[in-house]
Amino acid sequence: MKTDLTDTTSSKINKALVLGRRAIGTPAVGMVLTLVIVTDEENAYDALKAANEASREHPSRTLVVIKRVSRSPRDRAKARLDAEVRLGADASTGETVVLRLYGEVVDHAQSVVLPLLLPDAPVVVWWPVNAPSDPANDPLGALAQRRVTDTYSAEQPIQELTARADAYTPGDTDLSWTRITPWRSMLAAALDQVVCEVTSAEVEGEEFNPSVELLAMWLADRLKVPVRRSKSAGPGLTSVRMETSSGPIVLDRPDGSLATLSIQGQPDRGVALKRRDTAELIAEELRRLDPDDTYATALRFGLERLDEEAATTAPETVVETVVEAEVEAVVETVPAAKPAAKKAPAKKAAK
Amino acid sequence: MSAVHGANPLRDAADRRLPRIAGPSGLVIFGVTGDLSRKKLMPAVYDLANRGLLPPGFSLVGFARREWADEDFAQEVYEAVKQHARTPFREEVWQQLIQGMRFVQGDFDDDTAFEQLKSTIEELDKAQGTGGNFAFYLSVPPKFFPLVVQQLKKHGLADQKDGSWRRAVIEKPFGHDLVSAKELNEVVHEVFPPDAVFRIDHYLGKETVQNILALRFANTLFEPIWNRSYVDHVQITMAEDIGIGGRAGYYDGIGAARDVIQNHLLQLLALTAMEEPASFDADALAAEKTKVLGAVKLPKDLGESTVRGQYAAGWQGGAKAVGYLQEDGIDPQSKTDTYAAVKLEIDNRRWAGVPFYLRTGKRLGRRVTEIAVVFQRAPHSPFDHTATEELGRNAIVIRVQPDEGVTVRFGSKVPGTQMEIRDVSMDFAYGESFTESSPEAYERLILDVLLGDSNLFPRVEEVELSWKILDPIEQFWDTHGKPAQYQSGTWGPVEADEMLARDGRSWRRP
Repeated sequence: MKTDLTDTTSSKINKALVLGRRAIGTPAVGMVLTLVIVTDEENAYDALKAANEASREHPSRTLVVIKRVSRSPRDRAKARLDAEVRLGADASTGETVVLRLYGEVVDHAQSVVLPLLLPDAPVVVWWPVNAPSDPANDPLGALAQRRVTDTYSAEQPIQELTARADAYTPGDTDLSWTRITPWRSMLAAALDQVVCEVTSAEVEGEEFNPSVELLAMWLADRLKVPVRRSKSAGPGLTSVRMETSSGPIVLDRPDGSLATLSIQGQPDRGVALKRRDTAELIAEELRRLDPDDTYATALRFGLERLDEEAATTAPETVVETVVEAEVEAVVETVPAAKPAAKKAPAKKAAK
Repeated sequence: MSAVHGANPLRDAADRRLPRIAGPSGLVIFGVTGDLSRKKLMPAVYDLANRGLLPPGFSLVGFARREWADEDFAQEVYEAVKQHARTPFREEVWQQLIQGMRFVQGDFDDDTAFEQLKSTIEELDKAQGTGGNFAFYLSVPPKFFPLVVQQLKKHGLADQKDGSWRRAVIEKPFGHDLVSAKELNEVVHEVFPPDAVFRIDHYLGKETVQNILALRFANTLFEPIWNRSYVDHVQITMAEDIGIGGRAGYYDGIGAARDVIQNHLLQLLALTAMEEPASFDADALAAEKTKVLGAVKLPKDLGESTVRGQYAAGWQGGAKAVGYLQEDGIDPQSKTDTYAAVKLEIDNRRWAGVPFYLRTGKRLGRRVTEIAVVFQRAPHSPFDHTATEELGRNAIVIRVQPDEGVTVRFGSKVPGTQMEIRDVSMDFAYGESFTESSPEAYERLILDVLLGDSNLFPRVEEVELSWKILDPIEQFWDTHGKPAQYQSGTWGPVEADEMLARDGRSWRRP
């Protein structure tokens, strides 16, 4: 069931939700969370589709906030809110409200969203593209327990990663991190099987894929050994190699679907390691709503420490290198850099 | 295993995304051509693999009489998976699984077959890196248990070597009375140590059953009233709408009470009535369950407080159904119960005086399993009698299957100018608030076997205590009267209704 509301308000939308529910005969709601998707018109369809699929696992009220571009001063001055309320079969499990914001109200999206949040239930905000540089302090982000970004979709993913590290607040998470869960669990399972000391590691994957960096930083942080990041043609992550006291452990996935795990002294084994679609990533993301500390530590490990030879550098010196390296990176990339990257050094100095 | 875990720098308790993956291991299924194996076990193995919970190199070995090659077996698994798996079929997962699939052909008394099984396992250790860790799933009729475990012992397949494990998984029935249960345990424990024997009661693998513990011990809302001061009585029902089908040979002489009450219903009773365990580990849980099962007391007059029945011909859901005595392969004089209801009491401070009514039956109104905790009426009502005429007793109903969830029933004012109070229900449905496909019970249980986690498996003591509760009832039934007849498609014999009416209560219509 679909209801279109033009030039409307949140309270009218709430009324439409109640009426719609009554009309389709399901007044009881078992929704467990509110998912707010902040996006532009271009990405709204795919994002909503993924969210609807995920909602089969996590029935939710999905609010899609679409900020429309105004093309004239007159448009900019006028504020208008259009809404499309979808219930029942049109919204998978749960309810969906697509909100289109025009003009000034674009800057006050939180005033539209706040009255539409489910009582008591947790709120998750997801930016499929164009995430704010500091999600927790974004007016919409501030409403949420959990803020999902996706550095993979950014123009400069690697710089974006640094910005995320600087702005990290408990509750932040990134789909690039979600993407590597199967890799991480397989690597952990591999180390369950051999008692050994890891001496170094190498993570190989396509360029401009922050998942590769995140996996490398996680390994470096957990194993306390030097980790190298090298490039390949993809797709995605292609291999991880750990040098250990009992020979190399290699997890190799050239085709993006079936990987091979080789451990010295053991037969090679095939492992299903398919690249997952966005719906599965979002479903995994919604499974746990508590802060992901492991993500925080991996993210904050510091990109520039990845190829370092001596992994045992004292912490103080490391912090200094971090700051310097960042300033350099920013200077180099100023023309294309997003506000996120520009802001980074100032924030660091403030800390 | 745990030592290795502790040493693994990639494992971190705070990292909650990483699932529990079983260590290197394999599963050997005896009776792999059976229904259970095709409909439940093989799909569960696939679903586990699909969710990334099986170790790389996981191996599945089938053992049966059929003359199959490895490929035929793989084909059989493939079809079972396609038809019954819960998660979508993915080629790459299948490719991972198929590498470790083997089939061994033979009878259970065939020494060469077991030698071949042994060499298959050794070959898998080399080719797949299973590390000598194997679980033997005995999906065979109980009369073969002794033979199979003895064969495993004879051929050195059950030997626990350092750094690897061998486990046995057995399905109900665990004997047909206390004596036979003890014999069976002796036979199995002679070969496998107690902590390597996993008794599957698939009810305990169900999400809803695990949720009983969450509901009771993670909330403050329910536990304060979960005792004799507030609870009037508890009804535990497991109803099936089907008859015995093709299981005449197994069912006749066993009956509903031995088939269902002894294991499923008494386990549900234990979970509903037990005290809070000190922790959520296997020992603490077993301790509490054993305590409460040990405190179960049979009523003095078994004739008044137990009922058994047999389904008679009738209509079930629009289809004509024959009576039990007319089923193929059933002795027309059979006294086997297809319906059983018993009243039990628990002699402890929490439950003294609160009856637990357990009932189960075949060809009842519909397929349903639920636990209903029915509360006492309010001690005083400020409303006059006419206002509360339609008000029943408050109840919390845990719906185990189907439509998993919890219902709370309480009175509410009917809108209008008069004061009139009527029962309403507040509903929590799993399908509504959580994933539409929660893991199948067998997925969870097989994974737990591979992980060596025995939380959800009844122990020897629990099985023996359950028989101690049921044996006197069965003995009474053997010597007194015969089963009451009830029409198929109804909610059981009138005697069962009378049994509750004598206590001033009535069965819920589930």
